[in-house]
Amino acid sequence: MGKRVGMEVSIAAAEAVKQANVDVISAYPITPQTHIVEHLSELVANGEMDAEFFCVESEHSALSVCVGAAATGARTFTCTSSQGLALMSEITYIASGLRLPMLMIISNRTLSAPLSIWNDHSDVMSIRDCGWIQFFVENGQEVYDHVFVSFRLGEDKNVLLPVIINMDGFILSHVIEPFELIEQGKIDQFLPPYQPVHRLHPDRPVTMGAFALPSIFAETKKAQEEAIRSSIPKILETWKAFGDMTGRYYHPVETYKTEDADTLLVTMGSCGETASVAVDKMREEGRSVGLVKIRLWRPFPFDDLKKATLHAKQLVVIDRAISVGACGPVASEIKAALYGETQRPSVYNFVAGISGRDVTPSDFIKMVNKAEIEIEEGNREGYEIYGVRG
Amino acid sequence: MTENLNVFAVRTLTQKEYFAPGHRACQGCAEALAVRLVAKALGRNVIIANATGCMEIVSSPLPFTSWRVPWFHVAFENTAAVASGIESALKVLMRKGRIPCKKIVTLAMAGDGGTADIGLQALSGALERGHDFIYICTDNEAYMNTGIQRSSSTPFGASTTTSPAGKVQMGQITWKKNMPAIAAAHNIPYVATACPSYPIDLVQKVKKAADIKGPAYVHILSVCPTGWRSAPELSIKLGRLAVETGVFPLYEVERGRYHLSIDFPKLKPIKEYIRLQGRFRHLTDSMIEEIEKRVHEEYEQLKEKAKKGV
Repeated sequence: MGKRVGMEVSIAAAEAVKQANVDVISAYPITPQTHIVEHLSELVANGEMDAEFFCVESEHSALSVCVGAAATGARTFTCTSSQGLALMSEITYIASGLRLPMLMIISNRTLSAPLSIWNDHSDVMSIRDCGWIQFFVENGQEVYDHVFVSFRLGEDKNVLLPVIINMDGFILSHVIEPFELIEQGKIDQFLPPYQPVHRLHPDRPVTMGAFALPSIFAETKKAQEEAIRSSIPKILETWKAFGDMTGRYYHPVETYKTEDADTLLVTMGSCGETASVAVDKMREEGRSVGLVKIRLWRPFPFDDLKKATLHAKQLVVIDRAISVGACGPVASEIKAALYGETQRPSVYNFVAGISGRDVTPSDFIKMVNKAEIEIEEGNREGYEIYGVRG
Repeated sequence: MTENLNVFAVRTLTQKEYFAPGHRACQGCAEALAVRLVAKALGRNVIIANATGCMEIVSSPLPFTSWRVPWFHVAFENTAAVASGIESALKVLMRKGRIPCKKIVTLAMAGDGGTADIGLQALSGALERGHDFIYICTDNEAYMNTGIQRSSSTPFGASTTTSPAGKVQMGQITWKKNMPAIAAAHNIPYVATACPSYPIDLVQKVKKAADIKGPAYVHILSVCPTGWRSAPELSIKLGRLAVETGVFPLYEVERGRYHLSIDFPKLKPIKEYIRLQGRFRHLTDSMIEEIEKRVHEEYEQLKEKAKKGV
């Protein structure tokens, strides 16, 4: 077992980037991502990390630098939040289309307007379809662990995709948590230096980023789609190897007290821990409630989700983002996943905790109560923004 | 001196082509010629980051490529940032012993829109950070790839599809943005202007840019028959006239010191340049005189700078 220490989650994320032997780091400051880059710049300034570190003039350039560096064969890292991610969005699609592995940590923060620095998932939902592998983590240890998992996975020559780790801004990024750090020797074994299949180099000239006419474009997109879909076994394999090394095993969808539950809460991100407290309370009262937590957002784990939820009578899906004019993005994904099943649970969708508003265990209990009553009364596909005035 | 050399010295250039024939540029495209010369000047040890634009489109229709050197296209506005990434990756990978240590030039290439308009922020950032790279702007004075829309590099009076000569407006109403001056204001070691009508001068400048440590900016006027409404066979002549009339002077700024590459005691009348181009067809003689006046003023200012060496 590795060393156990208390550390701010952003600092631990930066330490993981150092331990992962990243070659090029490029970022632009935005709250609440800043502590990660501040710590990385300290590590480089003190000679504790051998990397090229650039504070560039915008997030658009930050990701563009990463794309250039990754194409040249460097292990690259960036991190951002909110407006910064929105500014990067053009390049997120290009990075995955060019099949360039790299890691981005998003300290999730709400998108303007109104301007708000607090947490929700509206930033990453704006690039939901950008073609990166996307994880949502629940606590600091998962952030730290997934830095190594993400690089090894994305750089696998059968995957070659960029990876996003979503961690809730402030709620995770700025809190001090206990961490079990992994010894460097083990990490070096788990994550050897990046060996690109193709790189920009005069010894073997390649053209990257050619344009496609309609006669060939769809084929390239199909290849990309197949690459991300078929990455699921690799994701499982990487988690297994990581678990064997550390004892911490991860799954696309985590379940908590779900086996015999009629009602399942479904969450993504840090609110899973709060929801589990609510589930415990409700279980103490003899209620049949469990919790499903989605860790892998892209590629979406349809099979795991179905396996975890099909036996329930109803799902109470919590979204931390709004697809304005529709419903929560997680709920719409789940509804799509279950549509083909003849026996399927009702899906009641709450948008809760947007822009960092607290969602406490009692809020989860209230949402379950409300959903159970509504569904009982025949409102099987309800949708509402929880706890708002007016 | 450069002028005399041009008579025969093109034969001294390498016969190797790194920008292969068969690309899809228009007839008489001086930009393609400029790029070909740049590629010859740099040889095989180069990595090119190319912005979206004419040169990207004519050279890379998947699954074909005109590039015999490593070449990368990402987007329109970020070429300087992409080049920053390439340059820093080369540096760190050589330092860590993961690729062999040798001199590899990082070249960023964009048109006037990708440089003076949408790419200016990324360019400024990369110049300020001091990456060891060359940035080449091939300036054909409008968004030619999308159909001749005006840019901030379009000259005063030119008619484009978004600055048309109409009944009340006479084409582009703003003066051409001075990109070399903006680049020089970053206090980078090397800035130059060039034109493929002066091939040896162009090649020498690009080679010098490659040898200099730190950022180098080369601004290349590239005649575009399609957008300028000029005859394809006149592209070389028009490039020469742009220089000879003082419209596009050839000069270098080395560590802040200006130096004129060719000095003309007497500039040719600007009319000779303008009357060969359909984009200026609507201009009256008095308008041309006004333009000439300002061109001469700016040429004199440049000469003053060169004289003082600042």
